[in-house]
Amino acid sequence: MALLLLPLLAGCQHAVLNPAGDVALQQRNLIYASTALMLLIIVPVMMLIVLFAWRYRKGNRQATYDPHFDHSTSLELVIWSAPLLIIIALGALTWSSTHLLDPFRPLGRVAAGKPLDPKDKPMRVQVVALDWKWLFIYPDLGIATVNELVLPVDRQVRFDITSTNMMNSFYAPTLAGMVYAMPGMRSTLHAVLNKPGEYQGMSANYSGAGFSDMKFRLRGVNAAGFDRWVGQARASGRTLPTETFLRLERPSEKVPPMRFAAVQPGLFDKVVERCVRPGTPCMSDTMMHDRGMMPKGRDAPPPTGERPEGALFKDSDQIAPAPNVTKPRRPGAPGSTDPDSARNRDMS
Amino acid sequence: MSSQAPSFYLIDEEEHHHGPGASTALGFWIYLMSDALIFATLFATYGVLSTSYAGGPAPHQIFELPLVAINTGMLLLSSITFGMAAIETEAGRLRATQGWLAVTALFGAAFVGIELYEFATLIAEGATPQRSAFLSGFFALVGTHGLHVLCGLVWIGVTLVQIGQRGLTLDNRRRIMCLGMFWHLLDVVWIGVFTFVYLLGVLR
Amino acid sequence: MTDHLLKILFGRLSLESFPVHEPILLGTFAVVVLLGLGIVGAVTKYRLWGWLWREWFTSVDHKKIGIMYMILGIIMLLRGFADAVMMRLQQAIAFGGSEGYLNAHHYDQIFTAHGTIMIFFVAIPLVVGLINYIMPLQIGARDVAFPYLNNLSFWLTVAGALLVMVSLFVGEFSRAGWLNYVPVANLQNSPDTGPDYYLWALQIAGVGTTLSAINMVTTIIKMRAPGMTMMKMPVFCWTALCSNVLAVAIFPILTAAFALLMLDRYVGTNFFTNDLGGNPMMYWNLVWIWGHPEVYVLVLPVFGIFSEITSTFSGKRLFGYSSMVYATVVITILSFLVWLHHFFTMGSGASVNSFFGIATMVISIPTGAKIFNWLFTMYRGQIRFELPMMWVVAFLLTFTVGGMTGVLLAVPPADFVLHNSLFLVAHFHNVIIGGVVFGLFAGMTYWFPKAFGFRLDPFWGKVSFWGWVVGYWVAWTPIYIVGLMGTTRRVRHFDDPSLQPFFIVAMIGVLIIAIGIAAFLIQIAVSIRNREALRDTTGDPWHGRTLEWATSSPPPAYNFAFTPVIHDLDAWYDMKARGHEHPAGGWRPIHMPRNTGAGVILSGLALALGFAMVWYIWWLAAVSFAGMIVVIIGHSFNYDRDYHIPSEEVAATERARLAAVGA
Repeated sequence: MALLLLPLLAGCQHAVLNPAGDVALQQRNLIYASTALMLLIIVPVMMLIVLFAWRYRKGNRQATYDPHFDHSTSLELVIWSAPLLIIIALGALTWSSTHLLDPFRPLGRVAAGKPLDPKDKPMRVQVVALDWKWLFIYPDLGIATVNELVLPVDRQVRFDITSTNMMNSFYAPTLAGMVYAMPGMRSTLHAVLNKPGEYQGMSANYSGAGFSDMKFRLRGVNAAGFDRWVGQARASGRTLPTETFLRLERPSEKVPPMRFAAVQPGLFDKVVERCVRPGTPCMSDTMMHDRGMMPKGRDAPPPTGERPEGALFKDSDQIAPAPNVTKPRRPGAPGSTDPDSARNRDMS
Repeated sequence: MSSQAPSFYLIDEEEHHHGPGASTALGFWIYLMSDALIFATLFATYGVLSTSYAGGPAPHQIFELPLVAINTGMLLLSSITFGMAAIETEAGRLRATQGWLAVTALFGAAFVGIELYEFATLIAEGATPQRSAFLSGFFALVGTHGLHVLCGLVWIGVTLVQIGQRGLTLDNRRRIMCLGMFWHLLDVVWIGVFTFVYLLGVLR
Repeated sequence: MTDHLLKILFGRLSLESFPVHEPILLGTFAVVVLLGLGIVGAVTKYRLWGWLWREWFTSVDHKKIGIMYMILGIIMLLRGFADAVMMRLQQAIAFGGSEGYLNAHHYDQIFTAHGTIMIFFVAIPLVVGLINYIMPLQIGARDVAFPYLNNLSFWLTVAGALLVMVSLFVGEFSRAGWLNYVPVANLQNSPDTGPDYYLWALQIAGVGTTLSAINMVTTIIKMRAPGMTMMKMPVFCWTALCSNVLAVAIFPILTAAFALLMLDRYVGTNFFTNDLGGNPMMYWNLVWIWGHPEVYVLVLPVFGIFSEITSTFSGKRLFGYSSMVYATVVITILSFLVWLHHFFTMGSGASVNSFFGIATMVISIPTGAKIFNWLFTMYRGQIRFELPMMWVVAFLLTFTVGGMTGVLLAVPPADFVLHNSLFLVAHFHNVIIGGVVFGLFAGMTYWFPKAFGFRLDPFWGKVSFWGWVVGYWVAWTPIYIVGLMGTTRRVRHFDDPSLQPFFIVAMIGVLIIAIGIAAFLIQIAVSIRNREALRDTTGDPWHGRTLEWATSSPPPAYNFAFTPVIHDLDAWYDMKARGHEHPAGGWRPIHMPRNTGAGVILSGLALALGFAMVWYIWWLAAVSFAGMIVVIIGHSFNYDRDYHIPSEEVAATERARLAAVGA
């Protein structure tokens, strides 16, 4: 029933069915096409259900009663082949659209009828999901933002996505489908925004207490506006060296947008490799070591970083009592819950 | 439709029901398959993690193949001796059954002992389950197998007492059969562990 | 010093662990205590403890265990539904800066508990309960293959459910989603008791489910009455077989995955950690390899129920029996090849995603064939619209929509925008409520007279029916719509005020469903009061077609005095059509299993073990674990496990029955 309301919904100003980016637009069209294809079989079936239930009710003396009609080879052929045909059509659509809209694949066009200039390299944005806010690094421009993503319209963007701790999902419904942000891993999404405007993005995968407020502003601006915005960000004077990042990384909620004029180079790769903290070996170095490209032996380096000990190995004195955490938070706890409070910036 | 209605009830059933006895073998076999799936999951997990040394020791640095080979021998021998016990059970010879079961238990105990020694050595060297994902997977897989052998040992002990008390009754024979299936499955799993974890690990 | 001693005695349990600051929980606790005291008082007053213990708790009779499973499922349904109402209320009011009435810690526990309880402690017990009761009767058996194991399975499920309920008042439940996802459930991110409660409750209950599945598979394969070949088996038994084969194949995977997470939390290993080589994605793969087939574990038996009911109330043999059976088997196999569709967005690459997407769609072919088979069973039938049949029609109309949205979600690029959205949530509630829940209510209404000897009151049944069906659509249509607008799941409050009307409508829908649930409870009470008027003495109130209707209602402990011999599909219909004559004499003693308390004791110890491990009370854990070993070994020394019902007793029971039938 919900899907019969689809055309009605399309008029609403809502993201999934009224996208501002070409990828999301194609995904929406795919939803329409597959739904239409399935309605070809669903509608007749539902009508038959009602019809048969009504016609063959016991009170109806006109209807034929044939208690031995329990097998018909030709009818069963139809029964199996009708859904089979629909699924073959839908399967073909799935195969081609999945490859066409693969988030790893660079775009083929900026919008319908607007092919991509092959010389135009995609703009890069590195996305880091922190607990519980988004960090966007523009590596080519050397700037970074928190909870604010500004994109020039009609320009292909390549997002590289990772997370520091929790598993999140980078999702701006109006721009393109979501992609998971996973700790220690790098995922990719190619997308383009076509209409200037103000939109919202979010984490679409539950990641703990601050999840509901893990949102970011998405702004589409034209090329001149984008340059202006970059200039503003550069003029903000704040920078993002390692120490600031480590402070930023700590859990906090409802963090207002921030801009950083400069970022420590290679920060994103270090997040992926889990070695932002000075002295932590990077994953690829460890792997080189493991492959024997570095000295090896039983005296391998001890693991670094703080990890909680398994419960069974705790002395009874180390067992902390487990208070009930549904309790309201103590005032002054890190990560204020007031929206846009200045204290949210101060994560210490 | 036949004019003469056929018989619809089993009038003179003599315990027709293939009572619980006949079902036990099938039921226990299905249980073993579900147990095998636990091992399959642990194998798969180990497979995924088997190169995640995280800077810690690699298999060829810590596995003592000769020791593991001796251990494998213990378990294989125990399977043979269990086979002997099963033959004696079939023949209805109580004393011989008890004897072979006891020998099986000895081999099994030796296996568990050697494995514990191996674990203790590894942990003393710093190759603890907490050190890396590879070691976590290794200890979980091999440890689960060892735990199963330990359960088998307790079961053999209980069986020895029970056949001592009641002899090779129908119930006891059925239990020995189940115990046998369990024990041989552990052998099969161990062959997988030996090849997949130890031999391939050292080769890598 | 006292602190040290307290920690040894109570682990991390302290007065702080009780949610005394939380009025909602305190109120619930008061109600539960009062109800509990009331029940205990009543049982004591009427001196029913001994009767309960002898006739029910220690019973190995599959029929009594089936009924106890149903009671457990219905009680837990109330708990799970209360969680649902709280979530709906929160989402209906938390708009435009309002935080609602639940903070994040509380709300996150509620949606986690709702999913966990509804799947593991409502759907599974109700499905297992119906299979337990009906399947042995349908195959003409006297009990299941391992009656004692059946009792143990039930009580282990109860122990798991109790552990979840305890977490409401002592400490807290997991906040990591219904599958206890890492990294949220890792020790670093959730050092509290929540994930531990989850893991221990589900491990204990999961062992019960696995054992029960082994039992059912063995029963169906080994204990069919003479003449009942596989292709003469009722469809419900086929679906029960496939469902339990699936359960045997998947629950060990879940057990292993949970065990590894336990090792991470208790030993400090690195299976699913972010560092030292751990791989959180592996947990997602393992739990979903369990998770997708689990959907079919629940829905296949329900398909069986619908098949039985459609055929009975249409007065026709099921259309396309063999294609129904093949469809069931095909679904069983395919359900293993689709788990990755739960995380297309993890970045597996286009070819992998297409493969899993298309495999998912392929499942809709046999499912579609089933829908057509029910349709053509109604065709040229004489449909009696009693309550069970009404549920069938509601199911057909609701489930088709759920199937369609499911196939839509299987198209990976469409899933990229709909994944983790409320559209997805609406989809799986569409198939689980519209399929599983409707089917369970249909089954309960259909088989209630078999279990208790009187029908359920039709008026209150219809109120319940319309409450559920209308409530379902009112509650979930708006959720589908906001999902299409890009609203994601598990969100506690919203900014966009234009969404609020949808959530308010959904809240109203939930209240209509609440009427449906209340009407169901009233229906049971009214039916018990009017049981003489609703009495069925024939044992066959619906003109049934399968063997469960061939014996009295409720059936005697031994089910059938003489094992039936099967010549055709729809064996009881065949017997009636060809004029069977029930023997009126020649009774023989019947061999039956003896009751045992070992299952209750073992499960009690398992509950203690779980609680002790959650709270790090190591001494209690050690004691209860040792206790379990002792009970298991001790029970193996009990060789006196069966007895014979003397032929005189069989004769007396059967004569009374035949007299009542008027034969």
